[in-house]
Amino acid sequence: MSWPATDAELHALGQEIVANSTGGIVAAEVAFGELNLMGPANRVVQALTYLKEVQGFHQLVDLAGVDYPERERRFDVVYHLLSMTRNLRLRLKVQTDEDTAVPSVVSVFPAADWYEREAFDMYGVFFDGHPDLRRILTDYGFHGHPLRKDFPMTGYVEVRYDPELGRVVYEPVKSVEWRNWDFLSPWEGAEKGFATLLPGDEKGESK
Amino acid sequence: MTGANAPAEATDFFAPEHPGETKIRKFNINFGPQHPAAHGVLRLVLELDGEVVERVDPHIGLLHRGTEKLMEARPYQQTIPYMDRLDYVAPMNQEHAYCLAIEKLLGIEAPYRGLLIRTLYDEIGRILNHLLNVTTQAMDVGALTPPLWGFEEREKLMVFYERASGARMHANYYRVGGVRQDLPEALVRDISDWCDYFPKICDDLEGLFGNNRIFKQRNVDIGVVSKEEAIARSFSGVMVRGSGIAWDLRRAQPYACYNEMEFDIPLGVNGDCYDRYLCRMQEMRESTKIMKQCCERLLKTPGPVLIDDHKIAAPRRGEMKRSMEALIHHFKIFTEGYRTPPGEVYAAVEAPKGEFGVFLVSDGTNKPYRAKLRAPGYPHLQAMDWMNRGHMLADVSAILGSLDIVFGEIDR
Repeated sequence: MSWPATDAELHALGQEIVANSTGGIVAAEVAFGELNLMGPANRVVQALTYLKEVQGFHQLVDLAGVDYPERERRFDVVYHLLSMTRNLRLRLKVQTDEDTAVPSVVSVFPAADWYEREAFDMYGVFFDGHPDLRRILTDYGFHGHPLRKDFPMTGYVEVRYDPELGRVVYEPVKSVEWRNWDFLSPWEGAEKGFATLLPGDEKGESK
Repeated sequence: MTGANAPAEATDFFAPEHPGETKIRKFNINFGPQHPAAHGVLRLVLELDGEVVERVDPHIGLLHRGTEKLMEARPYQQTIPYMDRLDYVAPMNQEHAYCLAIEKLLGIEAPYRGLLIRTLYDEIGRILNHLLNVTTQAMDVGALTPPLWGFEEREKLMVFYERASGARMHANYYRVGGVRQDLPEALVRDISDWCDYFPKICDDLEGLFGNNRIFKQRNVDIGVVSKEEAIARSFSGVMVRGSGIAWDLRRAQPYACYNEMEFDIPLGVNGDCYDRYLCRMQEMRESTKIMKQCCERLLKTPGPVLIDDHKIAAPRRGEMKRSMEALIHHFKIFTEGYRTPPGEVYAAVEAPKGEFGVFLVSDGTNKPYRAKLRAPGYPHLQAMDWMNRGHMLADVSAILGSLDIVFGEIDR
């Protein structure tokens, strides 16, 4: 297929997938020329198996977590799939929270192993049935999940070499002060239609 | 002496428990993180049965800097330099993917000359990477001279980086909507001259170790990857092409000016370490061809290299000295930056190591809500365990070398 696929083609594909996936995928939308699929977290193995076996998306390119703390189910788990034969990409999103495990897809895509470990390490998303769900990128003995929005940028501990003890010691962070430079102007972006409300705007809307 | 002070009885670990049997002892050894063949800070815990590898457990994250977290706290413009520090062997290719992702969000495209320069510097990055990888792979299996030869050429390419961007490695040259500044004509001519001369260096390198008996003995039929496994394990780049799958994002999903370039995509047959070495060697020659075509076009087509929208691309310094508006734009870009429409995009380029992708979630502010960097080396290293099982200990470094691992991008 020619690259990039048109929105109409993607839309048709999305409808076809939603209709045929027997509940594994419940919604499809096209945005920025990319196909987004949404499905329930507990049926993700079924959804990905369908996409792989029937639709020919044989490669799991990426698996990412996203954190929305204000939501009831705060985490998105995002699967990016690629079909080399059809020259198409798509993205499947499922939602979960801190306690509910998402079924591991290692049985469908062996490459999901480390990606799921990373999502667990960074966000604390649990994957049910993962063969070896250890931390992967953070330090041995690390506490917390650093990419969560409520994890501070500076972290909680810092390390230094203590010459008296002759080893590296962990201490609470004190040498860095995190300053958040928020220069976001409330006036910009209105012409593109996504500016936030200015303080006081709500008065005009209530009329 | 008796009791606690008595010396331990000498144990012969290799003595069989029953006569006529050989006692087998398994070894666990630590490969790295301070090992010259570990390509940075990789720690492999190897379980050996004699000299045969039974299990490999890579421990990564020793270079984890939290790039993705840092990117969430900074305006888009200010996070381009982080891209250089991912795969620091070929910095500009990462910048390219990131700029493409933001451009997709904003719905803009760089001017033609800007795209040409990106194509040119992507290919320089590819040669930088392959020169390092091919020659250090030779070093991993015992040849000390090739890196010296390869690094000499890398040095020349880094001078091209420096003459374009001011920095040898961490260039920060690509911008959303083009590149930072135009190339001087003398530089384009010098790159063009270098392209004429470089195939000779490739011949020299091949003559130096490509047909060497030891190099072949260490690489042929080692780390064989079948087509099916390459796809199932999310391989990309040379790792799939070495197995004979004709997949190259420059062809399949073209970006920049690759549509109009003439080049071939070398494929391997057996999917072993030696085929991957051959692919990389040939890719360098193909890259040289692309660079040559870029240089020809650059000499013929003057024009802007950066889009003219000063809400997104910073104005030139000379302009700022004269125009109040340019000064304001400059201030606004480097404090607030620009906003992107809410949404999610994924943009990928064919980085030298494989598919480098950037997944951006935007919430309509000037910072990415979430940035996920898809490093090609991550799934490759993940397959170390599977690729090494049943191989000899000495093959570990040969396989690792052919995977083309750089820790800047894997640990992020």
